[in-house]
Order: sequence, then C-alpha cells, then structure tokens
Amino acid sequence: MAGGTRGPVPVPLENKEHNVTQDVLDLLDQKEPLQTSEDFPAISQAEIKAALDRLASRSMVEYKTNDSEQVLLSKEAEAIVANGSHEYKVWKAVKDAGKVPIKELANVVGGESAKVGQGNAFKNKWVKKDGDSLVLVADTVQDTTRDLLKGIQETKSLSDSKTLNDLKKRKLVTLSKIIHYTVTKGPKYAKEIPVEVTDLTAEMLTSGSWETANFKPYNFNALGANQDAGSLHPLNKVRQEFRNMFFSQGFVEMPTGHYVDSGFWNFDALFVPQQHPARDVQDTFFISDPPKADKPRPDPVHEATMDAMEAGSRKLFATPESEKRQIKPRDFEKYWQNIQDVHQKGAFGSIGYRYPWSEDECLRLVLRTHTTAVSTWVLHRLAEDPRPARYFSIDRVFRNETVDATHLAEFHQIEGVIADFGLTLGGLMRFLEDFFANMGIEGLRFKPAYNPYTEPSMEIFGYHKGLKRWIEIGNSGMFRPEMLEPMGLPKDMRVYGFGLSLERPTMMKYGVNNIRELLGHKVDLSWIKEQPAVRLEKD
Amino acid sequence: MPTISVDKAALFKELGREYTTEEFDELCFEFGIELDEDTSQSTKPEDQAQPAQLKIEIPANRYDMLCFEGIALNLRVFLEKQQLPKWTLSPPKSGELETLTIKEETTKIRPLCSGVVLRNIKFTQERYDSFIALQDKLHQNLARQRTLVSIGTHDLDTIKGPFTYEALPPEEIKFAPLNQTKEMNGKQLMEFYDKDKHLGRYLHIIRDSPVYPVIYDSNRTVLSLPPIINGNHSKITLDTKNVLIEITALDKTKVEIVNHILVAMFAGYAESIEPLKIISPHNNESREAPDLTPREMQVEIDYLNQVTGLDLAPEEISKLLAKMGYSARPSQGESNLLDVAVPITRADVLHQADVMEDYAIAYGFNKLPRYYPNKSAAVSAPLPINKVGDIVRLESAAAGWTEVMPLILCSHEENFAWLNRKDDGKTAIKLANPKTAEYQIVRTSLLPGLLKTINSNKHHAVPMKIFEVSDVGFIDLSQERKSRNERHFAAAIMGKTSGFEQVHGLLDRLMLMLKSAFIKREDGLKDPQLGGYWIEEVEGKLNATLHGTRLTELSDPTFLHGHSAAIKLNIDGKHHTIGVFGILHPSVLQKFELPYPVSTVEINLEVFL
Repeated sequence: MAGGTRGPVPVPLENKEHNVTQDVLDLLDQKEPLQTSEDFPAISQAEIKAALDRLASRSMVEYKTNDSEQVLLSKEAEAIVANGSHEYKVWKAVKDAGKVPIKELANVVGGESAKVGQGNAFKNKWVKKDGDSLVLVADTVQDTTRDLLKGIQETKSLSDSKTLNDLKKRKLVTLSKIIHYTVTKGPKYAKEIPVEVTDLTAEMLTSGSWETANFKPYNFNALGANQDAGSLHPLNKVRQEFRNMFFSQGFVEMPTGHYVDSGFWNFDALFVPQQHPARDVQDTFFISDPPKADKPRPDPVHEATMDAMEAGSRKLFATPESEKRQIKPRDFEKYWQNIQDVHQKGAFGSIGYRYPWSEDECLRLVLRTHTTAVSTWVLHRLAEDPRPARYFSIDRVFRNETVDATHLAEFHQIEGVIADFGLTLGGLMRFLEDFFANMGIEGLRFKPAYNPYTEPSMEIFGYHKGLKRWIEIGNSGMFRPEMLEPMGLPKDMRVYGFGLSLERPTMMKYGVNNIRELLGHKVDLSWIKEQPAVRLEKD
Repeated sequence: MPTISVDKAALFKELGREYTTEEFDELCFEFGIELDEDTSQSTKPEDQAQPAQLKIEIPANRYDMLCFEGIALNLRVFLEKQQLPKWTLSPPKSGELETLTIKEETTKIRPLCSGVVLRNIKFTQERYDSFIALQDKLHQNLARQRTLVSIGTHDLDTIKGPFTYEALPPEEIKFAPLNQTKEMNGKQLMEFYDKDKHLGRYLHIIRDSPVYPVIYDSNRTVLSLPPIINGNHSKITLDTKNVLIEITALDKTKVEIVNHILVAMFAGYAESIEPLKIISPHNNESREAPDLTPREMQVEIDYLNQVTGLDLAPEEISKLLAKMGYSARPSQGESNLLDVAVPITRADVLHQADVMEDYAIAYGFNKLPRYYPNKSAAVSAPLPINKVGDIVRLESAAAGWTEVMPLILCSHEENFAWLNRKDDGKTAIKLANPKTAEYQIVRTSLLPGLLKTINSNKHHAVPMKIFEVSDVGFIDLSQERKSRNERHFAAAIMGKTSGFEQVHGLLDRLMLMLKSAFIKREDGLKDPQLGGYWIEEVEGKLNATLHGTRLTELSDPTFLHGHSAAIKLNIDGKHHTIGVFGILHPSVLQKFELPYPVSTVEINLEVFL
C-alpha cells in the first residue's frame, strides 16, 4: 500500500496542457448547461469525469450522465469518403481511358476496388462489357455510397436502421457507446477552487489558522490507512478459547512437552493390545534413533511442575482429613508388572487379551499418537493421593497418515480428563452438553462406540446448523478398569475422558475445507492476518 | 473400522419389517454401528444397477458382525425378535471324530491349529459369498493380514482323514493351488504368486522360513499351505455338503475366537457342528475343538447401576442384557451379583465394564439420566511454559509480527544441510517409517518451518515479518523417553534490506517484557548474579591454511560472516547462551529459494520458567 493516497488527498488531475477542472469552471461562468461532448470534445471521458467528480464532491457543480451511441466509419469507409466508392473508381477509370481491358482493371484501380466495384458498376448501368474490355454507359454518375458515408462522418449517426445494419455487415461502420455529461452550477459554484487544507496540523493550532481554513472533504468511500498489524494464528486463537473454557471449569493443564513417548505410555498402559492395528507401521510413526525407551520411572522435573500447579487446589480444599492423608509413593515396578498381567493373563477383574506380551514392543519409541499418553502419566501420578481432579491439554499429535484435504501427519488434540468417585455415564453427557454449548452446539446425541481404553465409549454428535446434519464432533468415555486399576487407583474412582481435534472446529468456524490451508508452512499469510477474533459462543 | 455391505431387502426381511433410511440409521446409532450409505439413495449407475445395499460400519472389536448373518442376528436379538442361539456340538453317530495331528516341527513356523466340521450345510450363492467374505474380513482385522491367524475351508467329502499339520522344506511340498491346474512346489509357488495383487502381500509371512506349514490328508493330498492358499483339490463349491474348517495361528486366544465366529455365523445353515479332535501332545494342545460353552462370569449389580445412573432390579437388568446376547440371572446367595453367560460370539467382553456398557446400550445411551455429580472441585492452572510462550506470542504480535504454525516434522536436509548445519548424529530424533521424505526427523530448530512459510508466501509484498513459538525435539539419553522437547521462539524477516536491526529490536522488546535488562557484557561475565542479557558477535575463527589461502571456519555458518550474534543471558544466578540472531547466509537463501535478504532470531524459552 503506497502511503498517503488514502484519506483526504485527491489524485492529481492536471495534465500538462490544460487544467480541465479550471476550464469547466471558466466555461460554466459563460454558458450553462455545458455538454461535455460538444464543449470538451478533445478531453477523454475518464479525465472529464475525474474533474467533474472533484468539483461535485465540493458541491461546485452538478452533473448528469448521458449514454448515447455513435456510428463510426471504418478505415475502408473513410477511404471511400476521401476517394469515392469502388464502383465510382471503376467508372472514373473507364471514363478517363475510354476503354479498359478487364485484365488491366486491378492495375488501374487496385484489387479490392476492381473486385467489388466492377459488379456494382454493372448493376448501376454505369459501364458495360465490350469483348474483353469495359466501356462507358453513363456519362455522369452520382456516387450515393460516398455521399451516405460522408453524411455519417459528419453527424456520427444514421436514422435508417436497415441501411445501418447493411453497412455494419459490410464492415463499413461500427457502433460505439459514448458517455457525456450535462453540467450545471452547484450550490457552491465559484470561479476558482478555494484553497484547501488536507489535514489539521500542529502549526494550524498554534497560528489559529484552523478557524478560517477550508478543509478538503474526506473520502469516506475508501478504507483508512493500513495498520500493518501483527497477528496471532487463527488456530492458536481457537486454542486459546478452548483453554479458557477449561480454565473456567477448574482444569489443570497437563505437561505435554514430549513428542516422543514409549509404547508403554502411548499404548500398553492404555490397554491397547500389542497387535492392535493402531500400532501398525501404517498408522504410527516409530522412532529409529534413539532406539528404545527406559522402563517407566519417576520424572522429578514434571512432578515438580504438577505439584506447583496443583498447590493452589490442595491449599484451598485442605481439610483436617486431607492433611492427615498419606501420600502413597508410586511403585513403577509394580505398575509395569500389572500392565503385563492385565494384557497377558488378565487381572483386576478382567480376563485380559491373553497373548504373549512383549517387553521390547512396549519399550519401542513412537511419536505420540494421542495426548492421552500424557493423561495416563498424570492419572498414574494421581494414584499417589486419589482425589477429585480435572486435567486438560491441547497439543500436537502424530499419525502416519497419507496427507489429503482432511488429514495431515500432525494435528492438535484437545483432551479433557475428570477423575472422581461415583461418576455416572449420564454425568459425562451432561458435562459435554455444557462444554459444547459454550461453542454454540446444543442437543448432543451419543453413539455407542469402540475404543480400547474406554468402556463405555461414546462418539459425540452435534447438529450442525450450517450443514443441516448431525456430525461427529468428538470422542468420549470412561477409562477402563484395566487402565486405571493397574495404576493403583481405587476401584470406585472413575475417570471421564473426552477429546476432539482442534483443527476440525477451527475449519468449521472459518469455513476452511483443506487442513493444509490451516496448519503447516503452506498457509497464506494474508489469511492469517485477516481472520476475525474468535468468540466460540457467538458464532 | 470395517465396513460391511449387506443386501437391504434381505436384511429387512430378517428384521421383519421395512425401515426408511432414517429409521434404520437411527437403529444403527442406538446399537453402536453406523450406516455409512444406503445405495438406494445413490445416483451412481453402478449402485443403481444392483439391488440396494446397506453399507454398515462395524466397531473394530465386533468380529461377530463382519457378515450379513452376524448383523442380522445381533439386530434381531437387540429388537427382541429372537434369543441368541445356543450353539452345541454333535459328535457323529459312530462316535469317531475326524482327527488332525500337529507335528512338532510346526513350532518353527506356525505352531497352533484348530478346526471344526459343519455337517450337511446348505449353501446358496449368497451364503457362499458371505462365507468367503467373512473369512477375508477376519483375515484383515483380527488376524492382522493373516500373520496371526489364517483360515482354510475344505469339502470334506473330497479328502480323507486323519489329517496332519506339518512343517516341511518348501521343495518337498507339491500341489496345485486353488483354482490352478498346474502342480508346483513351495518354492515355485512363491515365485508364481510373487506379483499377485491379492496373495503377494502375504508371502513374506513364511517365504524365508526353512520350513513351510502344510496340512495333508491321509492320502497325502495337500489341503492347504497356510497362511497363503488352499489346495485346489478340496475346494468348496455350492454343492459342498460337509465342510472342514482348519485354522492355523500364532495366537492361542485368537485362533479360538476365529473358530467361534465361523461356527456362530454359519452353523445355522448346517445340520450339526461336529468337533475336530486335535492331537498335539508336544505343546499340551491336544483337545476337541471348538469349545462352545458360554463363558460364565459374575457382575456387580450396584456397579452396573452406579455407573449408568440407573436403579433397575436384577430381573430387569437381565432382560436388557438378553438384548445384547447375554443370558443373565440373579446369582444364588449373593444379592449384589448377576451370573452372566457370555456367548461365544462376544470375544470383546473382557470385564464387567463391558457388560455395563451393553446394559447402557440396551437401555439406550440417550435415555440415561444426565445428572452431573456435583462433587469434584478444582482450581485451574496453566502450564508454566505455556504462560511464558503466550507472553512472547502476544508481545510479538503487538510488535507487528505475524504468527505462523509450520509442522514439527521436516526433512533431514531442511534441518541441517540447507542451514549449513552438521548433524552430529546425537541431536535429532529420527523417524523409522515415514511415508514421505518430508517427514524424516523432529525439527531441532524453528528456522526450517519459518523459511518454508516465507517460501510459500513469496507472492506477498515485503517486508514479511513472521514468528513462531513452539517446541523442537532433541535426543536426550538421560530421559526415560531418551528425548525431550524444548520450547523455542523464532522470528524471521524478509525484505529488500536484511532487517537485521528489526530482529534485534524484536529481541530487545521481548527481553524487556520478560523482565530482562540489557547489560554490558563485561558486567554480565563478571557477575552471574547480575540478571540481564547481552549480545556477542559470533566471530570467525582462523584455523587453517590451504594452498596458501587462509581458511576461516565460521562458528555459525547459517549466517553471513560477521553478521550473527549470540544471545547471552544471566538469570537466577546462572549464565546461559539462549540463542542466536543474524543475517542468513546467501547459500541458505538459495536452498530455501528466497529472493531477498532474511534475518532470523531463535531463542530457547525454557530458561525463563
């Protein structure tokens, strides 16, 4: 955007030879109304319009726009007006020479005139054939074609529409639309444009000249100055809305700062069997370097982060009982053994999958396929002191997908977890109704579904008003006892889990059909800058 | 999730009524399967040319619904049109069972085998097609592309027991495979099917093994070469009366699941289910297969009611569970328990949680009382690093920079060679199985993503000012997961001039907002307790002479010599080098195909925690 052309400064209009604006004012003083086609025939329509607009915006003139059609001669027709019609040229040549051999005619009058003119001259009975030559018939002739065209050249019009069509077909004339203006004085007419100032300046305030200054009118039809603003990415704007929803409900954000996880945390601890298709190389990115994870063990850095985040909650809800409550340190060795048992031979009231469980498979490193791997770690930590808790995360996950309009190898998962005693399935539905109502989706329906780590599992469907159909908006369920009890969580503690992708609601919100236009390096910078702020509850 | 196509008219006949597409969709929704498409609504000529099909998505653990018979059966039970059948074994009148002996050599390749005989089965074209299609679906899903389990079916009247399951060198196995007339040995068979679109993908399962699994009858007729193909001799036809099913496997649990599913789905067309006597003493797997006894378990009534929020009596619960195929009755002597018999079709039932879910489905998920137990209370808290990241994001945007979100995964050369950086082999997390070269490693710097973003936006006016706050990943052998993430901030500007002072200015601004003062280098080095940051030029080191030319090795060849600076920080009494900024080296611009000068800054945000 070139600076300074928006706002009150007009485009310079004066060309070198004349000042059209001033010419219009001068002529109006003598003659009113003006017809621009007659009074300024040499000035182009664009130039005259710019001048009139400039004056009209100051109410110095008023003008009416007139459309009309002009008949214009083609090059060929202009030649006829200058030199006579083809048939006249043939007649003249015969008259001058007395006799012209037909073979010679083209050399005398030119090829085009010889071809067209000969026939017309016969038809008009001006000449006739005598053997191989042309001889004269009429002594004097009237060249009506030339006369007709000459008339058109002078008036730029022809009233006989049949003849006009005929001439158009013969490509002798063309029609062109012209615009001209009828101009009269406006209420603020003056013989000169008064001196105008474009803006209020500090000097004007000091000198007091602002009181008498004549301010140039502001062009309210143009946009204001470009702000050259910085901007946040729309996907992160939606992410912040979701974070706010979680914060308003008392959720603590989980430490998701590791893209790489072990099979243990990503799959086995979630009771995903080692032969599950999700663990296929077609679906999951495995890591070749570094080669292998350690068995699960304490992680002091992230423990400390969680302790600090939960300190507020512990303090606020402290009771004499809770202060006496013993923290039961986690036994990672036991957890590992429990997971092996629950897969391989069954445990905790489950018959298990009954297959030979492999430690190597469990310690393979993967790019996490879901942030539920982190929820698992956080729930295991909760087993030290089982208490009501709410956790959430929104972070990147990875799938070895073939990339298309709706799939990328990475996307963001929104995940929420609620742990409490005596939770019911209907309570999860109620919670989700409330959660999705925050983004304007009401009347949820729940479909029984299958997920290895939740039972019951429910797909969440919402009615999309724009698409006029039910669409799947997320997944939810209650974590399986085979996942929770090996951690050491008590049997009566139940845990809701729910998740959705961040990209899908964002695509719906912004009307994006291709995920590659939303996430990744191919996203258009103008698009990022121009997307409005997000208010999920509003639209 | 597998999708199964079933004949619409035939299914509705089984269900005893017509459904509109919406009504049937609703039924599926309530049951937990999904109507993907009703081809009678389709405008495609290929759909209109055949009788209307319903394409139904089945949850991945419902192996008992992978064919027409299973879908019809489960829906009929759900609609209370019938009870789930009780499948029972009938030995032949003679008492002589067909036997299959497993040789010990099979332990080298595929040690397990099960099977069953279906007597006097009546095939029609539809039943036959469904029988074949079910085997295919089981092979794809539960059997994981035949690696874990594979099925062979045979016309029992063309072969003669007793049967043996052996493992022999491929050259010694000779037979004409299914639908072939030419005999070939195991090795030739591998070559013959190498290019086969369907079978080619299973060859790897046994190809390189010194012995191949094979099943023979008493006349040494080959029944099958699992898991690749059956012999042509014993193939089943529409006229087949007695079917021998053999199932070989690596997995003891899954082999019986497959046997159960085949029996449950197709025994309805047969007169009797006859057990097969398996003789396998070397691994204690001798038995009569299959065992069709439902699995007895007990579930707690209060658990069922508490989780669903219902309060139904044991009899009512039992009635609802019958809709899902269970037979349940109140346990004698223990008022809180139900005795539940889990039918052979329901291999997915592992825990009372599964029974509880079925109870909720039978009642209707959407009819459950929706009360939120007002018990849990919590205080929210943001993750500290996200809070630091958000400060930097907001301040960068306020300073006129645009946020971008490139991908975490990138190619090796974008992350290293294109930036004139060397991979020391100890830094970058490498992927084992990417589908494209675009995704080879987890980025160790935010720069490749920023530069690729500028490249994709070359049509925009310059200067272009972008930033990102996100994680990079590093190998870190001290961690349980042998790696860690690090939150970085990076910005890049491309313009007609380098923009060096712009990235420098943005850095100053962010440091101010992060409460870090600009201090003198000497002061900062002298006193680590003095908090603040300073900039140090990254200087070229003179380190060699080659052919009389003095070579300068730059300590950061990503940048133009003499135009990069290290960012130094004293915080909490510790000294860190948190990043670098500078004018990109023209060779870097060339690699990323950028037409104008670019300056970048990248810092580690973790130190501000």
